[in-house]
Amino acid sequence: MIAELGHAALWMAAALAVLQLVAGALGVRDGEAEGITILSRPAAILQGALAAFAFAALLWVFAITDLSVKLVAANSHSMKPMVFKLSGAWGNHEGSMLLWVTVMALAGALIAAVERRLPERTMQATLAAQGFVALGFYAFLLLSSNPFERLPIPAAEGQGLNPLLQDIGLAFHPPTLYFGYVGLSVAFSFAVGAMLTRSVTPDFARAMRPWVLGAWVLLTLGITAGSYWAYYELGWGGWWFWDPVENASLMPWLAATALLHSVSVLASRDALRVWTIMLGVIAFSMSMLGTFLVRSGVLTSVHAFAVDPKRGSFILALLAIYIGGALLLFALRANSISEGERFSVASREGALVFNNVMLSAILAVVLLGTLYPLLTEAFDVRVSVGPPYFNPVSAIFALPMLAVMAVGPLLRWRRDSFGRISKELALIAAIIVAGLIFFALFERVAILPLLGLALAIALGVASFLPLRGRNLRRLPVSVWGMVVAHFGIAVALFGMASESAFSNEKLAALEVGQSTQVGPWEVKLDGIEPVAGPNWTAIEGRMLASYKGGEPSEIAPQSRNFWAPPQQTTESVLLTRWNGQLYAVMGSEADDGRWQLRLWWKPFVTLIWYGGMLMALGGVLAIIGRVRRDLKRRSIRRKIEVRRADMEELR
Amino acid sequence: MNWRVWLPLMLFALFLGVAAYQLTQPKDDVVASGMIGQELPYFELPPAHSENPGVTTADLRHGKPRLLNIWASWCLPCIAEAPQLEALKEQGAEIVGIAIRDDPEDVAQFLARHGNPYSRIGRDDLSEVQLGIGSSGVPETFVIDGNGVITYQHIGDIRADDVPVLLEKLREAGA
Amino acid sequence: MRLLAAFLMALVAAPVLAQGSAPPAPYAYRQLDDPAQEAAAQELMETLRCLKCQSQSIADSDAPMAGDMRHQVRIRIAAGEQPEEVRAWLMQRYGDYVSYAPVVSARTWPLFVLPIVFLLAIAAVLWRRFGKGRA
Repeated sequence: MIAELGHAALWMAAALAVLQLVAGALGVRDGEAEGITILSRPAAILQGALAAFAFAALLWVFAITDLSVKLVAANSHSMKPMVFKLSGAWGNHEGSMLLWVTVMALAGALIAAVERRLPERTMQATLAAQGFVALGFYAFLLLSSNPFERLPIPAAEGQGLNPLLQDIGLAFHPPTLYFGYVGLSVAFSFAVGAMLTRSVTPDFARAMRPWVLGAWVLLTLGITAGSYWAYYELGWGGWWFWDPVENASLMPWLAATALLHSVSVLASRDALRVWTIMLGVIAFSMSMLGTFLVRSGVLTSVHAFAVDPKRGSFILALLAIYIGGALLLFALRANSISEGERFSVASREGALVFNNVMLSAILAVVLLGTLYPLLTEAFDVRVSVGPPYFNPVSAIFALPMLAVMAVGPLLRWRRDSFGRISKELALIAAIIVAGLIFFALFERVAILPLLGLALAIALGVASFLPLRGRNLRRLPVSVWGMVVAHFGIAVALFGMASESAFSNEKLAALEVGQSTQVGPWEVKLDGIEPVAGPNWTAIEGRMLASYKGGEPSEIAPQSRNFWAPPQQTTESVLLTRWNGQLYAVMGSEADDGRWQLRLWWKPFVTLIWYGGMLMALGGVLAIIGRVRRDLKRRSIRRKIEVRRADMEELR
Repeated sequence: MNWRVWLPLMLFALFLGVAAYQLTQPKDDVVASGMIGQELPYFELPPAHSENPGVTTADLRHGKPRLLNIWASWCLPCIAEAPQLEALKEQGAEIVGIAIRDDPEDVAQFLARHGNPYSRIGRDDLSEVQLGIGSSGVPETFVIDGNGVITYQHIGDIRADDVPVLLEKLREAGA
Repeated sequence: MRLLAAFLMALVAAPVLAQGSAPPAPYAYRQLDDPAQEAAAQELMETLRCLKCQSQSIADSDAPMAGDMRHQVRIRIAAGEQPEEVRAWLMQRYGDYVSYAPVVSARTWPLFVLPIVFLLAIAAVLWRRFGKGRA
């Protein structure tokens, strides 16, 4: 019954999306909120409520393990802990699409409820666009991926008890990314609304900005978390491999990064109008494209996922309609939108434009490298594009971008001169040179990590320079946000470069009682213990690890054998110090009775993820600062209106 | 009219075309060997089974064309193709086997249960020969002509309709 | 995001694992004694694709075939071969697919030409915006 109610709620929500589209479209045509048009806001709000109800219904059937629902039978199990029963609701294709649609509908409801800054016509166009995008996703769910489908005969027990999939990281990492994608879909709707009504104004940018910032924060967190979990789960110490699935999440992030900078320029300087619109379209395209690549199976191997070609065709059709439509609209309207205010090269805007084009170029490189194998396969040629391509080619664009990023925040808006900030420029240049010389003294540091290390230190210092000579207490929160986010990039960059330059790897075969060295660590194999879990047995290696002869710490990595389904996994152990991590993996027993160990010492590797978190924190600060200022602006406006009304009454 | 504003749309259309085409294509995951038309690399493999001799390059170099079957007792599709190998043998093909990362006891068990169509079975514990001839999995079957040159590669298990194809390829290699 | 890949792989890990009980090749999990040679081998292995996995290098895969490929790489490097010779040996057998480092060829030139086009496009954009007399 609950499942049917959820299903019905989805149909009603879809009908409301149609209403929202029609009402909004009429509003754009007539330019006035009359007749059916007044329904577009309530339609958006009700649609959000219905979608939320549908999602709650799905959570409910998973919570009670209703095995007559096909999705539950395929993905859950009565013995699962409750948190994984619930996360199972979105840990599959249908459920995750429903979650996506729900968040999208709630976002639509929120803008319908609170957004009052934009001209009514632009707002109607935005809501119409939002309804149109949501409609496609409803169609996708209802026509080809119904999460509430019943089985003719209820299953006796669910199939989803794979212990590997019961990971708290897996439960919350994908939704974080979906939320980010949804934020970009709202930005997309705003961009389409602004294009339709030719009203690309600072007000439009201010309405769009919190959504872009929010999406960017969530994408940053999602990528950071995904990278860390891959690092410790997969047991090989790698944290980024330029895998198509990884790239699918990186591309929207790159676009969102560019977009949030250009939207700021538009909001405060009324410049870069066309560019901001374009990026708004591209950012959402990239999240749709990523979804297509991951779910259609065109890039991942057929062994990996029982891919439904119908599913892929559906997403591709949605891509064609939304992105094709938006790009067509862009081509038709771009010439009639003026560029906005002009500025000189030595200005804040100039630096931001430079960064924007560089980010776009990196995005293009990642897109090219990811899609190229797909292109050649059409001609029956199989190629692989991996780190040896992506690292240097993206660095060509990333290194100059990072250098400009160090300088840009020091420049003033509109027109400035490099002479004014010559002291700061000299300082940054001196740090880079000193860093290059210092790190070149180490043995065998390859050129890219070397540049990365020097640039990271310079960037770290430079990110605080905008605070010089300013009253820290009265500094706007959003400036703190920028400083923290930029510092986060420096921190992450240092971690990446250090990991790549100074990592030590040791593969050792030890008898119990023997020890080995990896970097500054001495690791002694103290004992081997069999351990049993609920559905696995493991070999646990008891080891004593001491850093530079200091007090030893106990670590115990495991090599686990699950029996249903039969599967071998490694439970690696990370020993974290302030200056890096020791990474230990237990291997199997060799013929001569010795045990295989894989050990890594990775100096400062944790900075990669701390940097990611700092970036996200900076984003959060920026949102707080912006929203607070907007609220203040709104209350001042209201006060002025009240006063004006009072005056009229007095008269 | 500014042509550049149409550029994104055109690039997107290109992507749509390729993606739509790829969606309709069956996804083949095979990595074809680049060694077709090349001579076998040199190798000497000890026997993997007490009843069959081992395999060296020299054994495959003289006389008639042969089938070189890359298999393993732990590989499930190899069970499926066992009857087809038997059929090929009955129709006059000589089949030389190479067992990948295998154990003689398991090999003996497998052959007892599923038949032994092989004239020789080499034991390739390190996948040396497999890597040397560009095979990327089990089972795979190569046609080797009388001079030790690889002329054809069949990837995956042999189905009933592959048998005449392989016989034809053998005939071609012998001509 | 690798997590998602891991998740997908987990769904099919069972058949992949059924690859025999034979012990791994000697140099699958053993480093070369000469640190310089080992570093060269490691760098090479990180750029070679595991043919039996979905997008992993042989340096980070537990698949037995990846182990055998690591063995091949290490013994060839130990025998004095240059890393690029080993790569060429594998590419002769498995084509461009086995190497994550594309080289300029008739099949891959757009990968290298297009970034140059991007550079030119950037130069053009910046020139149009900030070139003489525009600011």
